Amino acid sequence: MIVPPRGYRWLRLALWAGLALPPVRHALEATMTLQMLVQIPLLAVAGWWLAPLLARRLLEPLAAWNCNGISGILLASFAAAVWMLPRMLDAALQNPWVALAKFTSVPLLVGLPLALSWPRAGFVVRGLWLAEAIAMMFRVGWLYMASPVRLCSNYLLDDQRQLGRAMLAIGAAICLVLAWKLLWGQGGRAGARQR
Amino acid sequence: MSSVPRTLLVSLLVVAGGVAVLAVATSGFRAFTSETARRIDVRERPRPLPPVPLQAADGRMTDFASLRGRWLLVDFIYTRCATSCSLQGSEFARMQDRLARPIAAGQVSLVSVSFDPAHDGPQQLAAYQRRSGDRGAGWLAVRPVDAAGLDALMRVFGVTAIPDGLGGYVHNAAIAVVDPRGRLVAITNWDAPREAERYVLRGLEP
Repeated sequence: MIVPPRGYRWLRLALWAGLALPPVRHALEATMTLQMLVQIPLLAVAGWWLAPLLARRLLEPLAAWNCNGISGILLASFAAAVWMLPRMLDAALQNPWVALAKFTSVPLLVGLPLALSWPRAGFVVRGLWLAEAIAMMFRVGWLYMASPVRLCSNYLLDDQRQLGRAMLAIGAAICLVLAWKLLWGQGGRAGARQR
Repeated sequence: MSSVPRTLLVSLLVVAGGVAVLAVATSGFRAFTSETARRIDVRERPRPLPPVPLQAADGRMTDFASLRGRWLLVDFIYTRCATSCSLQGSEFARMQDRLARPIAAGQVSLVSVSFDPAHDGPQQLAAYQRRSGDRGAGWLAVRPVDAAGLDALMRVFGVTAIPDGLGGYVHNAAIAVVDPRGRLVAITNWDAPREAERYVLRGLEP
């Protein structure tokens, strides 16, 4: 993952702040595809970038409650699931409190816990999570492509279908990258060696 | 306590909290879209309508308060609409036939509200009704006269209209049912008007 260079710690906060700027926010919420595949993932990245800013003495006691990164990955998964509901994509546009919840919970409850947990996760936990992520991309992508009705009142049907196609493509891309890593790369063996 | 039982404890709490949050976010796993959510919410918590000034197709002023005492079937339209609203209009005309008796008894009225009041003046509203085959009784086409009124109505009814990129709008069309006390009590499918009719006829049974 791309990280800001050392010494530019403020850059880590700038991504979060930048995404919340009204023009950036409106541009990234203009289509369903942008909100779901660009804005929300970038908010998670902004949270991931916050991890190195936390003091070590805060993190060490936390680690004892996060064996193999399981608690953190569960937290991130549930928080992410909330922001995949079509209803929440609508509400984030229409209700300022829901928008505030999105802009705080995606970085702090998805990105940050993942940053603290993913490096601690072994091959099995990572594999399970990725398999579920791929399955989710195909399930939701297929639903969005096939649904004859609009699932979000604020977005057009064409937009929804485009999002569906993009999610199928991303699911397929993750599959290919994983297959590549397992067969020829270091990823599989390095992951297996941990713990 | 070693870290495995602690992790198990936190994980169980996270799962319990996560399921609870998802339950709230989906109205008890019943609503995954905002459209379903608004229908459940209206059914469970009827909403009083705001006293918004409305102008009818004959130019006269009215509001929802002066329509109290009878059941209302309300839809939202814009008269330039070439697709679903024109079908909505002819559906409303057919409902005038099917509900002729309660309409004549002053128990039911049909109301079409324009969410494009800048364009839809009394003339456009009258033309829309004519085009749709208005039977002449019990169907009121209105527009809110100011932007605040339009906002208030769209919020209470839960109507969202977005530009379709072709100069028109796409909106979550439906038939809303308002009871004689002036409360929004149900939202039904626009293309299944029998649902709304059944709702009203049940309400009229002695």
